Amino acid sequence: MTTALDTLDRLESEAIHIFREVAGEFDRPVILFSGGKDSTLLVHLAIKAFWPAPVPFPLLHVDTGHNFDEVIEFRDRVVARHGLRLEVARVQDYLDDGRLTERPDGTRNPLQTVPLLDAITEHRFDAVFGGGRRDEERARAKERIFSLRNAFGQWEPRRQRPELWNLYNGRHRAGEHVRVFPLSNWTELDVWRYIARERIELPSIYYAHRREVYLRDGMWLAEGPWGGPREGEALVEKTVRYRTVGDGSCTGAVESDAADIEAVIAEVSASRLTERGATRADDRLSEAAMEDRKREGYF
Amino acid sequence: MSDLLRLATAGSVDDGKSTLVGRLLYDTKSVLADTLDAVHRASADRGLTTPDLSLLVDGLRSEREQGITIDVAYRYFATPRRSFVLADTPGHVQYTRNTVTGASTAQLGVLLVDARKGVVEQTRRHAAVLALLGVPRLVLAVNKIDLVDYDQVTFSRIAKEFTAHATALGFPEDAVLEIPVSALAGDNVVERSANTPWYSGPTLLEHLETVPVEPDPHDAPFRFPVQYVIRPRTPEHPDYRGYAGQVASGTVRVGDEIAVLPGGLRSTVERIDTADGPLAEAVAGQSVTLLLAHELDISRGDLIATSANPPRVTDEFDATVCWLSDKPLRPGARVLVKHGTRTVQAIVTQLRTRFDEQRLASTENPESLRLNEIGQVAVRTAEPVPVDDYTRDRRTGAFLVIDTADGGTLAAGLVGAPLPELDGAADDTDSHALVSPGP
Repeated sequence: MTTALDTLDRLESEAIHIFREVAGEFDRPVILFSGGKDSTLLVHLAIKAFWPAPVPFPLLHVDTGHNFDEVIEFRDRVVARHGLRLEVARVQDYLDDGRLTERPDGTRNPLQTVPLLDAITEHRFDAVFGGGRRDEERARAKERIFSLRNAFGQWEPRRQRPELWNLYNGRHRAGEHVRVFPLSNWTELDVWRYIARERIELPSIYYAHRREVYLRDGMWLAEGPWGGPREGEALVEKTVRYRTVGDGSCTGAVESDAADIEAVIAEVSASRLTERGATRADDRLSEAAMEDRKREGYF
Repeated sequence: MSDLLRLATAGSVDDGKSTLVGRLLYDTKSVLADTLDAVHRASADRGLTTPDLSLLVDGLRSEREQGITIDVAYRYFATPRRSFVLADTPGHVQYTRNTVTGASTAQLGVLLVDARKGVVEQTRRHAAVLALLGVPRLVLAVNKIDLVDYDQVTFSRIAKEFTAHATALGFPEDAVLEIPVSALAGDNVVERSANTPWYSGPTLLEHLETVPVEPDPHDAPFRFPVQYVIRPRTPEHPDYRGYAGQVASGTVRVGDEIAVLPGGLRSTVERIDTADGPLAEAVAGQSVTLLLAHELDISRGDLIATSANPPRVTDEFDATVCWLSDKPLRPGARVLVKHGTRTVQAIVTQLRTRFDEQRLASTENPESLRLNEIGQVAVRTAEPVPVDDYTRDRRTGAFLVIDTADGGTLAAGLVGAPLPELDGAADDTDSHALVSPGP
């Protein structure tokens, strides 16, 4: 009788291997951690990779200032529970002293890039873990697990290296860094199934709850410090949940009564089967567009 | 049965590969509504009545602007029976670089041909690269079968020729399957076609769902490159010293005798740890932490192996390299070799043969190896490394060749001569055919 590994075992093992490679070859790695589901999964895997020793690197949150209270509370609880070290780079500081200017649409996702790069320079981080997955969109399908960035944080296609077997080449010049994506080969469904299997706690807003929201561009937005409904937009109470967690001004909720992990998995599985549904397509379209914007600005 | 299959596709755009991959994603309902919507709209814009499935996988505008459409793309789809990781390797440009990358982790290769053209030179080259990289199984999708009026004779001729070629490369006959398909019309990709009553085999997806996946080499000798030493030095674990890594091949059990290489010290496995608790055994592919009975000086870069059947430890070995850089390789080149978790300085002392991709033949003692060329070389390393032949172990037989100056990856290296034909055994001529030229 030999041990048989299933898909989640293999994905977990691959991610742990990647964390350990980085710990072995880089001087100052950091995990980007927002309290969202993908970065929470990253932290869970990092803890497993180095157990029983503590995770040998800190976390970094690039804070837009437009937060959901539940998520910040969750973020701080995770940090405290596991004795982790959290650095926070605040977009608000940049707005206060004029290094950045608020955008007309009020969205702060695109403003995260400068504080992120400054934090990387200031702390001399040489490897930055992100929760990006290749299944998210076509452009990401070609991203490497080790993605080399120049001193300006930019991705130069011609300098990306072929990735052979599981031999990762993390060599870089001084001032450059490597973005590392341990979840590259996971799909959204894998993430949820693993969260269920490992009983990983997430911020409550990922599950269905009652919330006052208003409709804009096909998304249900919540009122907050970032603003609220404009003229003609009415606040209504709905049962919703969030599929992604980002800047509050542009993160939309979806109508859902998936109140626990099993219901979320059922919903995510079904959304792959009802793709021809015309009315839901509009929801998906705006949701994906929103997530794209998030990715561009953040990572 | 394993629920995960890693496969690589190879073939040129003209063969309809994008359409085939798009068809697999579409018919397995692996495409979300927003993506599909965009494809339907773009297809309608072009005056098409049915969606152009190649749009699902063809590069985005921004990718083309960035010039990376020649890159390997990874796709994910699943059926109730299995999950699939598909490395989609474009055919035309830089075929070696892409095919080698995709094939390095693949358990099955899907090659495409156009039924009107049959097996062409590129098909043979791709099959040779897949054979070289040790991909255990091949599928030939004979595409555009509708354009030859679903003709059985045409299909059989192509199938026979391809099987002959693949077996000459060392694939067992039962590891090769040809399937008549039309990616455009959907024949035999996911749905069985009424147009090919003479074909009794599985559809492409049925085959992918049921083909035996070569088990990770559990019976192979145990190999474990040490990635990281875990020393918590906390009050709960003051003396804990564990060696973290992923089992590269074989199986390890508590009590097994092991050797630590290249040093050669011996010990026994006292404990196999994970964050979820200790294990009695760990198999290839598992990330674990080993604790040994003796206190030894072990660090990242060492290889823990079964003492009964260890790899050879040497500072000189022959290897096959697939050259992936614009900078050509010349004899005497100083490089870095990354093998397992160890990176050592090395010199490529000799270029023995070059596989000429255009002529499908080997040349003796070439002056250089250029981008996309494959050749046999002799390597000397600054310190000994524990190596297996690639044909025996795809993990401990593989290495990267790295540029000492800019850190770029120069080549994929395979210890030994995975393709005997690349060995350069011919002594009466200065070149010999790697593969038969076909009819």
